[in-house]
Amino acid sequence: MTDTTGDRHGSAVVTLPSDLEILITREFDAPAELVFDAWTKPELVRRWWAGDRGVVTDAQIDLRIGGRWRWVMTANGGFEVAFSGEYREIDRPHRLVRTEVFELFPDAEAVGTLTFEESAGVTTLTILAHYPSQEHRDAALASGMEGGLQTSLDALEELIRSPAQTGGAGRP
Amino acid sequence: MARTPTTFDAFNAVAEGSRRALLDALGASEATVGDLVDRLGLTQPQVSKHLAVLRAVGLVSVRADGRRRWYRVNGPALEPVFAWVRGFEATWNTRLDRLDDVLVELQTKETLT
Repeated sequence: MTDTTGDRHGSAVVTLPSDLEILITREFDAPAELVFDAWTKPELVRRWWAGDRGVVTDAQIDLRIGGRWRWVMTANGGFEVAFSGEYREIDRPHRLVRTEVFELFPDAEAVGTLTFEESAGVTTLTILAHYPSQEHRDAALASGMEGGLQTSLDALEELIRSPAQTGGAGRP
Repeated sequence: MARTPTTFDAFNAVAEGSRRALLDALGASEATVGDLVDRLGLTQPQVSKHLAVLRAVGLVSVRADGRRRWYRVNGPALEPVFAWVRGFEATWNTRLDRLDDVLVELQTKETLT
C-alpha cells in the first residue's frame, strides 16, 4: 500500500533554529485544509499520531481559543504516553498555536506553532516547538518526544536531573 | 584525544545560527576567514569569534598554509549531534508518514464519491 503513497516517506526534516526551539518541516500532497483537519479532528488524529510506536487510545480536542486537547497513546512497550495542552490561536487552514506538555514532565510546557502553507497542491507543514529552557528542549529531542522506548524515557529522566548528562544521550 | 571536548559542548556550539551557517559553508570545502566573511556576510571579528568556539569544541580544525589559515569541518565530532537529532527525526518521520497515508486515503475517497 505504501508503494503508491510513499513518495515523501522519510522526508521530514528536523532543525534547531535556536537554543529553545525544534523545527520540523514536512511536505504533503494534499490541500492545507485537509492537513489542518488531520491535526484538529480526533478521528483523524487517531489514525496517525502514534506513528509505528504504538496505538492512539484517546484524542480529545476542544478546538477553540483556551480549549484543551489531550492525546494519549499506548506505546509498543506497553506504557502510556500522554500529551496535552491548550489552544491559543486557530486560523484554519493556515496556523495553529497550542501549548503542549508531556504529562510525565508537566513543568516543561512548550508552545507549538503549526503552519500550513499550500502551493500548487502541496502543503508544507512546519511545527515549531518552543521550550522554556534549553534543558527542556534538549530533553524533548533526546526522548524522541514521546519516547516510544523505555530506554528513551530513562535517558530523558537522566537528562532532566542533570543537564551535564546531555552528552550521554547522544551516544552513537 | 584525551582532551576531546564533551558532546555537550558540541551541542551548544551548533545551537547558534551563525555557527551552523559556518559549518554549512565549511562543509562544502575548506575556507579561509576571508572566504567565510564574503560568503556569509558576517564581519571578520564575528567569523573569527564563531570559529574559535567551533574549534574549542573540536567541530572545526585548521591548518596553516604559509600565511593563510584554512578551516574545515571535523566530521566525526558532529556525529553525536546527528545521532541525537536523528532519533527524534525518525519518530516524527514515522508519524508524519502515517499522516501522509491518511491524507492520501482521504483524497482517494473524495475522488471516488
